[in-house]
Order: sequence, then C-alpha cells, then structure tokens
Amino acid sequence: MTFEKIHTENMVLHYGSKMALNNISINIPEKKVTAFIGPSGCGKSTFLRSLNRMNDLIDGVKIEGNILIDGINIYDKNIDVVTLRKKVGMVFQKSNPFAKSIYENVAYGPRINGVKDKNQLDEIVETALKNAAIWEEVKDRLGDSAMGLSGGQQQRLCIARTLAVNPEIVLMDEPASALDPLSTSKIEELIVQLKEKYTIVIVTHNMQQAARISDLTAFFYLGELIEFDKTKKIFTNPDKKQTEDYITGRFG
Amino acid sequence: MIKSFKKNIKGILIEGLTLSSALIIIAIVVVMFTVIVIGGKDQITWEFLTSFPEDGMTKGGIFPAIYGTALLVILMSIAAVPFGTITAIYLTEYAKENSIIAKTIRFAVRTLAVIPSIIYGLFGLGFFIKFVGTQMDNAFLGGQLKWGQPNILWASLTMSLLTLPVVIVSVEEALKTVPKDLRAASLALGATKWQTIWKVVIPGSISGIMTGTILAVSRGAGEVAPILFTGVAYYLATLPASLSDQFMVLGYHIYVMTTQSANVDKTMPIQFGTTLVLLMLTFILNFSAIILRYRIRKKKTD
Repeated sequence: MTFEKIHTENMVLHYGSKMALNNISINIPEKKVTAFIGPSGCGKSTFLRSLNRMNDLIDGVKIEGNILIDGINIYDKNIDVVTLRKKVGMVFQKSNPFAKSIYENVAYGPRINGVKDKNQLDEIVETALKNAAIWEEVKDRLGDSAMGLSGGQQQRLCIARTLAVNPEIVLMDEPASALDPLSTSKIEELIVQLKEKYTIVIVTHNMQQAARISDLTAFFYLGELIEFDKTKKIFTNPDKKQTEDYITGRFG
Repeated sequence: MIKSFKKNIKGILIEGLTLSSALIIIAIVVVMFTVIVIGGKDQITWEFLTSFPEDGMTKGGIFPAIYGTALLVILMSIAAVPFGTITAIYLTEYAKENSIIAKTIRFAVRTLAVIPSIIYGLFGLGFFIKFVGTQMDNAFLGGQLKWGQPNILWASLTMSLLTLPVVIVSVEEALKTVPKDLRAASLALGATKWQTIWKVVIPGSISGIMTGTILAVSRGAGEVAPILFTGVAYYLATLPASLSDQFMVLGYHIYVMTTQSANVDKTMPIQFGTTLVLLMLTFILNFSAIILRYRIRKKKTD
C-alpha cells in the first residue's frame, strides 16, 4: 500500500478517560475532496482537528498511533506545530473573521509569516480572494470591516484567509452548516474548484453535500471508521450494512 | 377571589419601605452634590486652578495639588497597567482554568482587593521606604539619605499595588470577551500563541483594557491613605521635579485644609473648591469608563 498525502495508522484518541476515536487507519489522497460523514458525536470533527493538531488546545486529549502527512509523523516531538498549521489550514464551522478590515483579515497570515512588502501583500490578498471566489464582491471595499459582510461572504473570506498562507491541505469543519442554501451552493462550487490546487478534507452533516462535492467519503460511527471508499460507491453500493443504514436515513 | 385586606396592606407597606430606602439613596447623592457644587462653584476660576497657595494656605490656588495628583496617577498607571495586564494575560491565556497556580493568583488578587488602604500605606512605608529605599541609599549613596524617605516614586508604587486588582480583574474580563473562535482561527493560520495574543486578543480587547486603566486611575486619584506615609506633603512651595521629591495631592489637601489649617472658617471656600475639583475629576474618569464599556457592549451585540 502506498502512503497518500494523509495517512493514519491505528490512530486512537482519548478525551480524558473516554476513548473518542478507535483505531483509525485511513489513506487520504492528494488534490481530491474527501468528505467525513456520520452522526453527531461520531468523532469525525475530532479526527479532522487532529490533522493539524488543533486538538492540542484542548486539555486532556491524548493521541496514540501515527498520523503521517507526506510521510512525516506530525505528532513527532520534533514537529513544529506552527509550521504544520501553515501547511494544513483550517476553515471552521462558524465563520470567524477578525474584527479587522477585509484586507487585513487576508493579510494576517502572510504578515505573521514576515511578508512586509506592500505590493507583495496586495498580490497575495488579491489572489486569495479570487481563489475564494469573493474578489468581485469585495474588491472595491477592501478597507471595510469584515464584520459588515454577510454570513456566506464571511465564510468565503475565511477560506481566502486560509488560502493566503498557501497551505497544501485545507480542512473544513462543516463550513456551510450555518449558511443559507444560496451561500452553501457558492461554497460547494468553490470547494470543487479548490481541489485543483489543494487537498480538501471536509466534515459535513449534509449527505447530499458529501455526494455532490466529494471524490471520497469516509463514514464514521461511534469513534470508528466504518467505511472509506469512492463517494459513488459509498452512496450507491456500500460494503457495510451500518453505512447503508445511515445513508438511507434509517438512523443518525 | 377577593384580596385579603391584611395581605394587601402588608404588600403596600413592604413596597413603601423598599421604595423609601431607595429614595434615601437618591437624596444623599442630591444633597452631597448640591452642597459641594453651591459651595465650590464660585471658587473655580482659572486663577484658582493654576496658582500656588498663598498666605499660609488661606488664599491662592491649588495648582500643586492638581499637578501632584496627575503625576501620581500617571506614575501609578505606568507601574500598574503593564504589570496588571501581563498578569491578566497569564491568567486568561496561559494558566489552566483550575490549576493550583491560577487559583492561588486569583486568591491573592481578591485578597489584595480587600486589604484596607491604610495597610497599603504602612506596607509602602515598611517595604519601599525603609527596606528598598534605605538599601538603595546604602548601596549607591554611601548611606546619604535620598531614597529612604517618602517621595512620589514610592507613593506611586504603593498606589499601584492598591489599584492592581482593579486592573487585573477588568483586563481579564476584557480578554475573555474575545471569542475562542478567533484565537483558533489565528492559531490555525500558523500564528504562535504570542502572535495570537498580540495581534488578535489584545487589539480585540483594547477598549476593555482602557476601561480598567481608567477605573484604576479614578480609584487612585481619590485615595489618600496609601500615600499618607509614603510621599504626600502638607505644603510645598515648589512642584516635584524628581522621583525623589514629595508632592501635594487633592484628597490630602482637603484633609489639611479642613483639619490642620490655622483658620478653618477662612479657608472654607478653598475646601469647597478643592472638593469640587476632586469630585469632578473622579466623575469624569468614571464617566469615560462607563462610555467605553457601553461602546464595547454595543460592539459585541452588533
């Protein structure tokens, strides 16, 4: 078996004394959209957050097993978390722009990486906003506060902010769950475009969404990875009965 | 359902009692303000605010006391605000919520807040003047008396200890208003913890930090006890020019004028004038803190 972009092996996560993820082994390929589905509390978000070590912020989380990105164990004690997170960006469920201007939101990442040149920053900001399909809507008001944008626009701004750091992987934790249908479809279109350049891993509650945008789908249930395969196969002819029950809406 | 007459009377009596105690509070404020404003308003002239006391402090102005108060609160803030802010940052950003160290710090802060202010004065005398000051004189001046006596530096540092809990608690509150999501967003972009604090958390809570500072300053401007032994002077013919000089202060000046003056009746207008100035000063400070706080709340709900 070849190691793909993200590869985990017998990964176990304890939250205090409670086991939240059990024996997760998965191989997520590059430049594809991979969706994590499953009922609430199944561990899919927790697993996602392990991939850029955002779980480090939570007390009592203990991880065993290997999580390799490009063949490197990201939980190795020599790993610099800050560098890891630049490579593995994250978009959150609730849009969380900083109370700064649109421009400064996108420029935040490059700035903390030491980019000072105004022209270079302008260029990064423009590219990121274009890649996040929001440039046309905000190009005339980059100096305005990001808080004045609509929910959907804020979320695309947050995606732009993540892209501005030039990550290789973008993790998305239910990025459209708080949005109206129109904004959701914009985000979905965007995700499909983004896979040309980035490896996308998305957690979603919305099975139609997973079916529409993802190439591969992983079904999580009670902290275990039940099935991982091509999205088409998962939704038409899953191997496991639990997967089928969930897909067809018999539980969850 | 007919109301029982007895119950009805009881209800009215209780409501009346609670209302009248509330009204007494209003009356106290009104009386206090009326007396001070009527007594002091004619006294407040440019001359009074900008000149030195004259004729054994029976005439003239209160400029040295205003100047001393301003200098005291500025020096106090320079010490208390950074120190308090850094402590609050440790408590909210670094310390684990229920760790022993966080609990101990919070206990210490609460204890500092309830210590009577005169005890701060005694501590300042014993620690800053007798210990630190004397050691400095012995070490640098061969025992010549310079720092081992009351001055504005020791008074400001003593006052900063008193206001420290105010700063810590209000800065902590301000830092907590910055949503966890924003910290997560910053960290997920590859920012270090310190970059996150410096570029997201502090800018997001700056008006709260300002509010805390103003509250601390207004508390400090009105206090007399902590500086009583540590630097305030009865009368000085010159303004303090160095950190080792003594100084005059509005609050203490009122005390001096009302109890230590050779002719209390003659200085009555000055007493009223000084009281009004001090009252207005703390009032303006508190009012600006309230406005700032209101603007933060509004921003949060927007």
